[in-house]
Amino acid sequence: MLVFRKFLRDVSAVIGLVIVLLTAVVALFAPWLAPKPLDAHESHPLLRLKPPSAEAPFGTDNLGRDVFSRVILGSRAALTVAVLVVSGAMLIGVPLGLVAGYRSGWVSETLMRITDVFLAVPQLILALALAQLLGPSLKNAMVALTLTYWPFFARIVYAETRRLKTSVFVEALQGLNASSFRIMFAHILPNAAPPIIVRATIGMGFTILTAAVLGFLGMGATPPDPEWGLAVSESRQYLPDAWWFATFPGLAIFLVVFGFNLLGDGLRDVIDPRLRRSR
Amino acid sequence: MAEILAVEGLVTLLGGEKRFLRAERPPVRAVDGVSLELREGEVLGVVGESGCGKSTLGRTILGIQRETAGTVRLDGRVVSGVDPRTARQMRRDVQYVHQDAAAALDPWWSIGRTLDEALVINGVGPGEERARRIDRVLRDVGLDPTTKRRYPHELSGGQLRRVTLARVLVLAPRIVLLDEPTSGLDLSVQATVLRLLRELRAELGLTYMFISHDLSVVRLMCDRVAIMYLGRIVETAETAKLFESPVHPYTTMLLAAAPRLATGQGLHAAAIHGEPPSATAVPSGCAFRTRCPHAIDACAVTVPTLDLIADGRRVACHRWPELAPLERV
Repeated sequence: MLVFRKFLRDVSAVIGLVIVLLTAVVALFAPWLAPKPLDAHESHPLLRLKPPSAEAPFGTDNLGRDVFSRVILGSRAALTVAVLVVSGAMLIGVPLGLVAGYRSGWVSETLMRITDVFLAVPQLILALALAQLLGPSLKNAMVALTLTYWPFFARIVYAETRRLKTSVFVEALQGLNASSFRIMFAHILPNAAPPIIVRATIGMGFTILTAAVLGFLGMGATPPDPEWGLAVSESRQYLPDAWWFATFPGLAIFLVVFGFNLLGDGLRDVIDPRLRRSR
Repeated sequence: MAEILAVEGLVTLLGGEKRFLRAERPPVRAVDGVSLELREGEVLGVVGESGCGKSTLGRTILGIQRETAGTVRLDGRVVSGVDPRTARQMRRDVQYVHQDAAAALDPWWSIGRTLDEALVINGVGPGEERARRIDRVLRDVGLDPTTKRRYPHELSGGQLRRVTLARVLVLAPRIVLLDEPTSGLDLSVQATVLRLLRELRAELGLTYMFISHDLSVVRLMCDRVAIMYLGRIVETAETAKLFESPVHPYTTMLLAAAPRLATGQGLHAAAIHGEPPSATAVPSGCAFRTRCPHAIDACAVTVPTLDLIADGRRVACHRWPELAPLERV
C-alpha cells in the first residue's frame, strides 16, 4: 500500500507511532510491568524521598512510593482519559457534524450555532466549574473535557460533509433514492474519516495534557491515584531537592503528548500532501 | 411510437436563497420553460453548449432536483410537484447515468457492493436474487464477474462507464438519461460504449435521453434531437432533418461550428460569435438575440414560442418563416 510506505518514510511520524504503541503496551500490562504494583495505594513512610537507585530507578515520593511504578501505573489513567474523552467527543460531534452538513436551512444553522457556543467555552474553566459543582474526580474532568472537545469534531465533519454532499457519487446515490441516513453514515462518513482520525490522534495528546493540568490543579484525579499531573502537583513542595519526584511523571506526560502529536502530524501529511513540510 | 414521458413548461431555478444574516442571492433560471416528450424506444438527443441547462434538465426529469414549475408525466401519470425522495419513488422507471463515471462511484465501496446497494435501496431481495441480477447485468454490459471484487480506482474509464450503466440497468428501468456518456473516453472506447448502448436498448427495450454536446455522436445515436440554449429549447426535429436543414439560427451556427475532418476546410470555430451570456443575466425576449445575425428589434420584446412546423419540427424563433422554406402547420 502506497499510503503505508509513504507513512513509513516519515521518520518523526514513525517515532510518534512507536511512542504511542509503547505507551499502549505499557498501559495494558501496567500491573505486571510495574515492579511494585501495590505502590499505587500503599505508602512506606520510612522510604520517603529517596533519590534514584537500583532499587527505585526513579526514586521514591513523599510517601515512600516507587515513582517508577507509579509512572507506569499512571499510563493507564492517561490513556483511559484520552480514549474515553476523544471517543465521547466523537460520539457527539461526528453525528452532529454529519447532520448539520448534510441538511441545509435552519437545522444546519441551529446545530452549528450551538457548536459555536460550545467552542467559545474555555475548557479549563468549564472543568473547574464542574469540579466545583460535583466535586473533583477524574470522571468529572472527563465529562468536562468531552463537553468542550466535541465541537472540534463537529466542525471538521461539517466541513467535510459540506464538501462531499455536492460530490457526484452522493448525487448518484440520491438518484438511486438512497436514504439520507445511508448516504451520511455509509458513504459520507468513511470518505470523511481521514481528517477525523488526524484530529482524534492530536486530540488524544491534547486531552492527556489538559487532564494533567486538571490533576495538577487538584480538579482531576484524586490522591492516592497514580496520575501524572497529580504527582507533579504533589512534588511541588519538595522541589528542587527531590527533583526526581516531579521530573519523571512530567517526562511521561511530555513523551506521550509528543508521541501523539508526531503521529497526528504524520497522518495529516500522508492524507494531505499540500501541508507537507518541505525537507 | 407511444409517448412514455412528457415534460411540460418545466422551470428549474437554482441557487437563489435567503439566508439568515447573509446577503440574498438571486436564482439562476437553469431550465426555463422546457416542454418535450420521449417516445417509447427512441433516443432523444439533448444538445447545447456547456452551462445551457441540459444536465439540470436531466436532473429535474430524474427528480433529484425539484422543479420550480411545470409538470412531468410518466405514462400519462403526473409525477411532479412532490419532494425529491417521493419523486424518485414515483419515477423508478427513470434512471440517470452520470457524466463522470469515476466520480459517480464511492471510492470506498467495491463494485459488487455498489451494485448490491442499488438493489437493496430499491427493496430487491433476497440476497440470491440480487446476486443473480448482478451477474446478469454484468454480463449484459460486458464486464467480467470478477469485477465485483474490484474498487473504482482499479478500473479503466471504459470499464467504469459500464459499471455506472450496470448500476442503473440492474434496477430494470425503462428510461435511461445518459449525461455525456462518451465524454472523457478515447475514440475507440467511445465506439464500444456507443455500440453497447445500442445493443442494450434493443435487448432491454430502453428509451434514452442522450444529453451531449458532441454533434457527431448525437447524429450517430439519436432518433430526434432537441437543441437547448440558456435553459430553453430552440429547436427539435428528427436527427436527419435537423442536420440536413437546420432552421433556428443557433442550430445553424452550432452545426457550422462543429469541426469536420473530411471537408479539409479547417476549423469553423468563428461560426458562433462570442460567448453565451451568463445564465444569471439572460437577455430579454429571445435569449439568443445577442449573438444572432438575424436579430431584429422584436426579438428583444417577446420570448418566441416553440412553434410546430410542417415536418414535425418545432422551432422557437420569431423569424423562422423568413429563414426556412417551410410552412407553419
